[in-house]
Amino acid sequence: MVTANAQPATSAGGDARAVKLSVRNLSIAYSGTPALSGVNLEVRENEIFGIIGPANSGKTSFLKALNRMNDFEVGMQVQGEVLFNGRNVNTLKNVYALRSRIGVVFPLPVGLPMTIYENVALSPRLRGIKEKRQLDEIVERCLYRAALWDEVKDRLNSLGSLLSGGQQQRLTIARALSQDPEILFLDEFSIAVDPVTTMRIEDVLKDLREEMTIVLVTNLVQQARRLADRTAFFLQGECVEIGETEDLFTGKATDQRTIDYIEGRFG
Amino acid sequence: MATMFAESALNARNKKVQGLVKTLFMLMTLLLIIPVAIILGTLVYKGGGIISIDFLFTYPTDGMTAGGIFPALLGTVWLVSVALLASVPIGIAAAIYLSEYAPDNWSTRAINLAIINLAGVPSIVHALFGVGAFVIFFGFGTSILSASLTLAIMTLPVVIVSTRESLQAVPPAFREACWNMGATRWQAIRKVVLPNAVTGILTGVILEVSRTSGETAPIMFTGAAFFLPFLPQGIFDQTMAMSLHLFVVSTQVPGVPEELPYGVALVLIAMVLLMNSLSIGFRMYLRGKKKW
Repeated sequence: MVTANAQPATSAGGDARAVKLSVRNLSIAYSGTPALSGVNLEVRENEIFGIIGPANSGKTSFLKALNRMNDFEVGMQVQGEVLFNGRNVNTLKNVYALRSRIGVVFPLPVGLPMTIYENVALSPRLRGIKEKRQLDEIVERCLYRAALWDEVKDRLNSLGSLLSGGQQQRLTIARALSQDPEILFLDEFSIAVDPVTTMRIEDVLKDLREEMTIVLVTNLVQQARRLADRTAFFLQGECVEIGETEDLFTGKATDQRTIDYIEGRFG
Repeated sequence: MATMFAESALNARNKKVQGLVKTLFMLMTLLLIIPVAIILGTLVYKGGGIISIDFLFTYPTDGMTAGGIFPALLGTVWLVSVALLASVPIGIAAAIYLSEYAPDNWSTRAINLAIINLAGVPSIVHALFGVGAFVIFFGFGTSILSASLTLAIMTLPVVIVSTRESLQAVPPAFREACWNMGATRWQAIRKVVLPNAVTGILTGVILEVSRTSGETAPIMFTGAAFFLPFLPQGIFDQTMAMSLHLFVVSTQVPGVPEELPYGVALVLIAMVLLMNSLSIGFRMYLRGKKKW
């Protein structure tokens, strides 16, 4: 149990909210080639933390290091510390418990080749929940909160992969929610989703902020502006700047590269 | 405007080449069917007359020049079943390890190479290995067990390779999605990878059944008998087998009526086809259920 060992986190920057994730001097390399160097940042409880930046700036690698998915990548080397509720994730023995507390949504929806119901019930089942009534309740609640329930409630037993792209992405969000996560990672979730669905999902995220911490990696600068409380700008493996989103977008960014990127005057 | 869709010389040539290529490939496909049709046709024409319930369920008589094939038929079922029992669990377990757990390094690559080479070993070499290992060293004697284990080793590469291929055909994103929600490797394999690889795995098993029931050399010295007046009572008994029986009645026994070997061959092929179609039916049922 990770939370059982949580220490009262010291809040930084005068913010009253507890620190959920603390990243200290994190560097990532693939077989010696650096992908990310010396990132320091803190994600606070119940905030949406945005990460913007062009392709190849290390955003996805960053997420992987946070929930130890680097264990599965041959040649991916991670240095530095990641503290989740104050616990160093790199020395955790029960890495499965860590991952189960973090829901992840990928750029392209990964509908597992099973029914809609089974997609959402999978994580609870992995946790050992067997009772049908309890599973039914979780499936309905998660689909409802992912704004998908009304569209699929009459065909829970059809294949998840038959849904449209936007529906599948909401299904993966429902699946992530079924983990009952403390943090939700979204990695460019809207890349294969139509604008209307994107807006629906964004509304969902605004509601979810009340209950969990969200790390939103996005290649849409305006999406970060709409959703994120604070935003970090990654560029070529470097965390250039972290600031209140409102400040960054109102010309108070300190680094010229951030201003250029936000205003679309880039490269 | 009129010239816009006019056919140029290049267009015409492309079209001609395309037509030629298609015809050529179609002819090759037809060429492939011809031997199968001739074999089946000949067997049915020449051996069909001898097939009867009696032929299937009685013993050979008159020095194997008459009577039925029951001991050989039952013996082949014995050999194939025991061989499957040995090779399918081992093969699938090894394939899961190689595909899902083994790190990509030189020793894994060496193991993979060894498996491919094992598939290329001539069956007579397997037979002699079986004699040395199972009949003599392990002391199983010439028995169903020795013969089946020899067959199992011979067909293991087929099971391993086809299982590994079908596991790797399951998109990596499915595994990652499971790992991300805190599943162990085994949970991901059990819940997502295996259910979607099962049709491919079955294909390997089908291939194995076909090959095992037809093999002659590996069982000749390890457990199959020329003629036995009784049925095997267990895996330590010798047995007759369809493939060896076919060899015997075609070449080793004088005075066999012409239709007898054809009948034996027809039953052997029918057995294989029957098992294949059962498995194919099962595969179609599974494939209809799972899709991505």
